[in-house]
Amino acid sequence: MASETRDIIINGLWKQNPGVVQILGMCPTLAVSTSLVNGLSLGLATAVVMALSNTAAALVSRLVPPAVRIPIYILIIATLVTMVDLLMHAYLLQLYLVLGIYIPLIVVNCIVLARVEAYASKHGTFYSFMDGLMMGLGLSLVLAALGGMREIFGKGLLLSGIDLALGPAANAYVIHVLPNYQGLLLAILPPGAFIGLGLLIAARNRIEEVRAIPKRANTLQPQQAT
Amino acid sequence: MSEYVRNVKLTSLTLFGFSVLGAVLLAGTYNMTRPSIEKSERDAKIKLIAQVLPVGSYDSDLVKSARTLPADPLLGLKKPGEYYPATLAGKTSAVVLEAIAPDGYDGAISLLVGIDPNGQLTGVRVTAHSETPGLGDYIDIAKSRWIHVFDGKSLDNPKPDDWKVKKDGGTFDYMTGATISPRAVVKAVKHALDYFAQHKAELLAQEVDHGQ
Repeated sequence: MASETRDIIINGLWKQNPGVVQILGMCPTLAVSTSLVNGLSLGLATAVVMALSNTAAALVSRLVPPAVRIPIYILIIATLVTMVDLLMHAYLLQLYLVLGIYIPLIVVNCIVLARVEAYASKHGTFYSFMDGLMMGLGLSLVLAALGGMREIFGKGLLLSGIDLALGPAANAYVIHVLPNYQGLLLAILPPGAFIGLGLLIAARNRIEEVRAIPKRANTLQPQQAT
Repeated sequence: MSEYVRNVKLTSLTLFGFSVLGAVLLAGTYNMTRPSIEKSERDAKIKLIAQVLPVGSYDSDLVKSARTLPADPLLGLKKPGEYYPATLAGKTSAVVLEAIAPDGYDGAISLLVGIDPNGQLTGVRVTAHSETPGLGDYIDIAKSRWIHVFDGKSLDNPKPDDWKVKKDGGTFDYMTGATISPRAVVKAVKHALDYFAQHKAELLAQEVDHGQ
């Protein structure tokens, strides 16, 4: 039981990370990741919706005829996203002002449908909830890293826009990473998103490669000794 | 065959059932949240309009007193917009006009222009734009204080010929590398002042009617 939960966490955050391994949901990823705050905000909103939609889909999966499962899943996701959008606008105004513009983008993010179809339709409610949450958090990590990179190279800042989330006083948290920086427009514009994502994917692959080496070295060592 | 028909029936009924359930949930949520959302949207609008007016210069409900502004090429409006007369103790203290600069770097820039009865600008704000982030977006108060260059300006100050950015021989500052966005805003604000000058009587007079 516990090990399955652990697998879900590792899959979502690293092994099957939606941002750099599955490479799903690129449209909002590339469009919104212009700063760390933006990226993280969209990521977290997506994680909430994914957890909810996976749970809902797992609950009704027995009732769904295979022939129309995709329209029904899309219906569930769209309904949930719109409800979250309305409820946040009404009761969590501060948060809505930050995340509001991203929420409609979540409907078109194919990672949401992908997890409902690939995981939630075949697994129990709790695991489906965990899968949605962890895949969403995995995407948040990538969005935050990509946003942070583009922000530093594009504007020389980090955490700009945080005042939208935490009030004007939070302006003090904005870090001027590169003082007197002229700015690099390429990093802010869409090409910067592609280049940044490419670098992140490369970095992840490199880490995997390096992690694989010690194992090989260990197996080789006895041979070298002889 | 009968099994096939039963299958189709079941499938369509299920899809129908989910659609109805979705519609009911959405309608319920919409009704439940509407009053609260309308209130916050109104508050946001008031806050936005209030930004172009000096603090304490009005005591009227800006959104309630909103009036229709006819579509006019001078204001860049393709369809009727709104204007908001502000009054202090029953006397008009300023008018806030909606205006659009159609020639931004990336499409239209929406503006709110506050003008007092003497034709002096009380403030200008960009309410919507899609200028290049990090380059042309300094016209937005969220990015820089540039938009304050208009505070206190009027058609005589600077002279009409100087209503241009410095690069074009005018008096308005701009940031290197992004001239198109401020040029569009300067032009639109000038046009809004021209419109105010031409329609001053009706813009201010309607407010007297409102006061009665």
